[in-house]
Amino acid sequence: MQHVWIVLGVLFVLLNVAAGLIWVERRMLAMWQDRLGPNRAGPLGLLIVLADTLKLFFKEDWIPSFADKKIFVIAPAIVVASVLMSFVVIPFAPGIVVADLNIGVLFFLAMSSLGVYSIVLGGWASNNKYSLLGAMRGASQMIAYEVFMGLSLMGVVMMTGSFRLTDIVEAQRSVWFCFTQPLGLILFFIAGIAETHRLPFDIPESESELIAGFHSEYSGMKFGMFFIGEYLGVTLISAMTVTMFFGGWMGPEFLPGWAWFFIKTFAFILFFILLRASLPRPRYDQLMESGWKVLLPLVLVNILVTGAVLLYLKG
Amino acid sequence: MQDADDILKQLQQRFGDTGLQQQQRKDDILTVWLPKEQLIPVTQWLKAAVDKPYKLLYDVCGIDERDRMGNGYLPLKDFTVVYHLFSFERNDFICLKVALEGEYPSLPSITSLYKNANWYEREVYDMFGIRFEGHPHLQRILMPLTWPGHPLRKEHPARATESGPFRLFTEYEDREQNALEFKPEEWGMQRQTDDADFMFLNIGPQHPGTHGVLRIVLQLDGEDIVDAVPEIGFHHRGAEKMGERQSWHTYIPYTDRVDYLGGVMNNLAYLLAVEKLAGIEVPDRVKVIRVMLCELFRISSHLVWFGTFAQDVGQLSPVFYMFTDREKVFDIIEAVCGGRMHPNWFRIGGVAQDLPNGWDGLVRHFVNYFPKRIREYTNMVLRNSLFKGRTKGIGIYTLEEAIEWGVTGAGLRACGFEWDFRKKRPYSGYEMFDFDIPIAQNGDCYDRAIVRVEEMRQSLRIVEQCLNNMPEGSYKADHPLTTPPIKKHTMKDIETLITHFLNVSWGPVIPAGEAMSCIEATKGANSYYLTSDGNTSPYRVRIRTPSFPHMQMVPYISKGYTVADLLSILGSVDFVLADIDR
Repeated sequence: MQHVWIVLGVLFVLLNVAAGLIWVERRMLAMWQDRLGPNRAGPLGLLIVLADTLKLFFKEDWIPSFADKKIFVIAPAIVVASVLMSFVVIPFAPGIVVADLNIGVLFFLAMSSLGVYSIVLGGWASNNKYSLLGAMRGASQMIAYEVFMGLSLMGVVMMTGSFRLTDIVEAQRSVWFCFTQPLGLILFFIAGIAETHRLPFDIPESESELIAGFHSEYSGMKFGMFFIGEYLGVTLISAMTVTMFFGGWMGPEFLPGWAWFFIKTFAFILFFILLRASLPRPRYDQLMESGWKVLLPLVLVNILVTGAVLLYLKG
Repeated sequence: MQDADDILKQLQQRFGDTGLQQQQRKDDILTVWLPKEQLIPVTQWLKAAVDKPYKLLYDVCGIDERDRMGNGYLPLKDFTVVYHLFSFERNDFICLKVALEGEYPSLPSITSLYKNANWYEREVYDMFGIRFEGHPHLQRILMPLTWPGHPLRKEHPARATESGPFRLFTEYEDREQNALEFKPEEWGMQRQTDDADFMFLNIGPQHPGTHGVLRIVLQLDGEDIVDAVPEIGFHHRGAEKMGERQSWHTYIPYTDRVDYLGGVMNNLAYLLAVEKLAGIEVPDRVKVIRVMLCELFRISSHLVWFGTFAQDVGQLSPVFYMFTDREKVFDIIEAVCGGRMHPNWFRIGGVAQDLPNGWDGLVRHFVNYFPKRIREYTNMVLRNSLFKGRTKGIGIYTLEEAIEWGVTGAGLRACGFEWDFRKKRPYSGYEMFDFDIPIAQNGDCYDRAIVRVEEMRQSLRIVEQCLNNMPEGSYKADHPLTTPPIKKHTMKDIETLITHFLNVSWGPVIPAGEAMSCIEATKGANSYYLTSDGNTSPYRVRIRTPSFPHMQMVPYISKGYTVADLLSILGSVDFVLADIDR
């Protein structure tokens, strides 16, 4: 019975966080850009979340006549489903984890890779040139960054000796991995931005070139799903960063574990938004180049050094 | 003038003085009539053989002469095609005119000599139905392909009520629909080669990156641009045609809307030409007021460009900061003119009103406030390495290419050529001001950006000098042709009352003649070439805008780059669609 409650609780919190991020992102962006942002609906404009959701529900749910209908409908669901599935392995607090798999890290990597299908299928099924270009960019970006995203976590895994995320959090009791694996942290976070295709790595949708990229043809709640998928992705990468490198739920005793986890995760979400407010977008080929030629070698060096140090310490 | 006489003598020696006739103009630009057989040899000689050659084809336009009154000193013909060439070494224009006879005459094309003649000749064809023999792609450029008639011909209706009610019959509709079908062959593009099928991507007319209703058809191999063809004319409002039915005075608001980011700068270009025709000398105070407002508008226009350019390469925030600062410029402009983007504030022989009390406080506050902001923007945008990665080495052209394509303004200065019409051919008192011409060396997107940012600093310097040295005096010239006309003695005697009444109700009658102004507008050289036949409205208004040749060059500088680079290039060229289409 407790399991069901955890599942429902996690689902409830996540979906609300994703929706709430609409407001957070718009208000924070506005703050950094010397604007007000949505401040009319409800206190501090909080009800904009409700208004936006209602608007999306009542919009015409249009499927272009030239689209591949079945795939067009399925595509947005994939991103939300795959990201939600990744949350299964994340320990939010001691005992609050949906499934504490012993292959936690691998499961997360597998699930987040599935997200790319929604971009590729969505872009392909739209039968629109802008969408297709976006999908193509998305696919190659994902392949490039998927590779070293997994590898960047391997340092942590080697130091812990386990793929289980609760073990990884426990292993950070004395010192967080952000101090012992700084390179791994930076690389993982960069890969995470690319994974969630947020600015500066929003190449698949880059609005000044490709209108909206792979989701140009989507409207109504199908577009909303992509939107929620993106926010869930941001939350996921932030939560994973916290779990892997910032001691998960750990923190001084005066706050409960879940609160610490929440606060840390939120800080990273804000960092995502700050990045969006400040950086321009590299060109697609520049992104690929830095991925394959700079970041991948770095990540391999990181693994090599970590391994060497571990062996040395072992004696 | 010595130079001009020289060149005329040389021309007459070489090509015989029977065909070549000189025409006097109000603006001292050497104007020579040629028979059309001699057009190619003469231009060829002027471009290549003569020392200090005329490298820049500045403008080409047509005139329908059939209704013109009292042009006895001209070869009486049906149409004239007017070429303005410019020599940087001489710092002088030469104007070649070819008289044409017949309903739909033709003359040889000079596209083989000047690359930018292509669009200009298409425009003349589109507007007058004059054919250019040997033109590679003589097709309408501003009007829809199915348009009946040629708008700038005098028989073409100027307003809807002259052309009868509009009805859309089914066959018309079908014809229009069919005309919209995209056939790459008609645009000069192949569908495939032996090893690749090309993708055609239609950017615009509604697209976030084109900043207006511009359509660019891209021929893509993957994401690489094989060819690009801009389609313009969506913003065409017939500003030149409207000039022919507005009075000299009431045309001023239309000029505001040509380069709609330049505001009163457009008024200035127009009025300088009018004042040359009328022989009006404006007082110093007018000059300085005009310069100050123009420079404020240059800052505001560059701010819009800067913000949107950053946005084009994906930086979301700068545009908000820059629009906030632009708002501060507009606060001053609003306090002075009452309007914001289109103040319509300059008048023939002066400005509409004197400066309001407290204007100096506003300007001083801005002058103190703005340098810090430019520094901040430089750090935020220009020094960002991602931004450099997106703009350095992209969209390069050399100085020779720039001149060949008719590039002026910041785009020319980014190639390392120190040329600014405010300095080299000072107008409206710019010779009194102390400022530098910023240049850069590489001619790529990044350098164009650097030049513009530095230009804002220089503009601010000029504004500061205006602030500190504003002359006393009248805000309007003491001349009978100024608008609104002088009212001082109207209640004293009947003659002045009648003159005043006529000048208010009809508008001033500007003496017959021709004159061209040339100013350094926000985006490059902007000119009004006005022809008066001694009436209350111009006989012909020709607006030479900088964005038109700049846009023509975009395909040339974007080939081989990717779609993302095209957006950097478009952003760095800094065009306004109304400035292209007019």
